[in-house]
Amino acid sequence: MRELEQSFIQFDEVSFWYNHDEPWALKELSLTIKKNEFVAVIGHNGSGKSTIAKLMNGLLFPQKGEIFVDGLRLSEETVWDIRKKVGMVFQNPDNQFVGTTVEDDVAFGLENHGIPRKEMIERIEQSLKAVGMLDYRKHEPHRLSGGQKQRVAIAGVLAVAPDLIILDEATAMLDPKGRTEIMKTVQRIRKEKKVSILMITHDLHEVTFADRVIVMNRGQKLIEGTPKEVFQQHETLWEIGLDIPFVAKIAAELKQRGIPLNKQPLNNKELLEELWRLHSNM
Amino acid sequence: MNNLIIGQYVPGESMVHQLDPRTKITVIFFYVIVIFFANSFFSYFILAAFAFISAMLTRIPAGYIIRGLKPVWLLIVFTFLLHLFVTKEGDVLFRIFSFYVYSGALIQGFAISLRFFLLILMTSLLTLTTTPIAITDAIEDMLGPLKKVRFPVHELALMMSISLRFIPTLMQETEKISKAQASRGVDFRTGPIKDRIKAIVPLLVPLFVSAFKRAEELAMAMEARGYKGGEGRTKFRELQLSSRDYALFISFVFVLLLFWWARA
Ligand SMILES: Nc1ncnc2c1ncn2[C@@H]1O[C@H](COP(=O)(O)OP(=O)(O)OP(=O)(O)O)[C@@H](O)[C@H]1O
Ligand SMILES: [Mg+2]
Repeated sequence: MRELEQSFIQFDEVSFWYNHDEPWALKELSLTIKKNEFVAVIGHNGSGKSTIAKLMNGLLFPQKGEIFVDGLRLSEETVWDIRKKVGMVFQNPDNQFVGTTVEDDVAFGLENHGIPRKEMIERIEQSLKAVGMLDYRKHEPHRLSGGQKQRVAIAGVLAVAPDLIILDEATAMLDPKGRTEIMKTVQRIRKEKKVSILMITHDLHEVTFADRVIVMNRGQKLIEGTPKEVFQQHETLWEIGLDIPFVAKIAAELKQRGIPLNKQPLNNKELLEELWRLHSNM
Repeated sequence: MNNLIIGQYVPGESMVHQLDPRTKITVIFFYVIVIFFANSFFSYFILAAFAFISAMLTRIPAGYIIRGLKPVWLLIVFTFLLHLFVTKEGDVLFRIFSFYVYSGALIQGFAISLRFFLLILMTSLLTLTTTPIAITDAIEDMLGPLKKVRFPVHELALMMSISLRFIPTLMQETEKISKAQASRGVDFRTGPIKDRIKAIVPLLVPLFVSAFKRAEELAMAMEARGYKGGEGRTKFRELQLSSRDYALFISFVFVLLLFWWARA
């Protein structure tokens, strides 16, 4: 029970299948997400990542095991409260844009939760400001870029003031510029609003921003740890068909050749510093 | 992408633009009914004056409005001619080949085409000055009482607004697919009709497939955002009657009274 209090999300041996005759999409999965924590989930296609996300806000219900969100057990009765606490951003920027304009879209979630209009106006303004889209409030979706649409989607989720935001491959359909936009927005929001982030991604560069990484394989948790810890197990990752970021790969190669790196570098800058340190030690 | 304007809305700040859409719909509704009771020169004159003054107040260039009516000109002229040759009242004015044109026919022809013209002018003033989404909101609000008999007013309005939201997206997609198919040698624009219809199939199939996928994902996203039907829902876009609307109502009632008095 003590664990329940500090963790925001808790999965207790959760199993889920879509069809009886198919294998488990998730098998006895246990995991927790703490308040204000940034967790990344990686894994090959069909490993169950989206299923985890959909279970977290009650789009699906597990056949076995229990899910707790902020101390509430997920059930038909609690699902509406849970959806207020857990917001979700999906992959396709177009197919989650409901309103005819930016502000109408942000309003959609608030309308659903019966927020009074006066408060709605304030919240829309605040959340659009938080994602840097306030100037576009009257724009129609077809006049926005993919990255901008995703930022509006984040604003729509933020407006409801959730404690956890799930991004299910929210950057997958964006160009590099759009991706950076979203990553920056997410990090800023996390600092300012004290929300937890669950980021499902194929982009291992994005994973480096997380506090903790969960690697999924065939509906089960394969590895869990900080990005550094996870990237050190590059052979295991390789086996399930996941590549590690270029920098981590170089570090691994260097180590293999007996070049002692003190810490596992995660980005170009850290690698450079590490190399300079080595250089000056020689 | 300029042709993506939905309907024919012309953005503006005129008095007519700022009227509540419910006001506009109500006034036009009664106008359309009343026009069938016009039966004297003066009664037509009053209704025509009302329509022209309204058109002027929209501050939309007359040329633009007239161009918008282009598709119906033909119908108006046809109506006129039909009455001219079919009606046999009053004195014979002149003769074209074996047709006699009566004075009553001329008047009847004018009256009916004017009626028709005014009808179309008034309704297009609505769509010219009101965004489709505002019309949707107004319809939802005005059909509100039907909720009592379980008529799905909210669902209908949501459906309309989502369609409006996705029209440009699907149009962009159509363009993309048609370019992709054209680059594979599918030709939609030339050749016999039969071939062109056949060429549309490879355009429609992917379009439908993607539309269904979109619908499924959208439904999922809406549910994730807490959508559970119209009950307990608040509204962001608000309709509010202002003094402008009351002023119009009062003047419209005045016009109606004048009209009734002017009837023969
Ligand atoms: N709606 C569905 N109906 C039936 N089976 C499904 C459905 N959605 C997913 N599955 C199956 O469940 C398993 C897990 O799917 P899930 O969508 O969670 O994977 P994922 O890790 O998100 O993959 P991706 O990286 O492709 O998004 C897969 O084997 C998939 O085929
Ligand atoms: Mg997925």
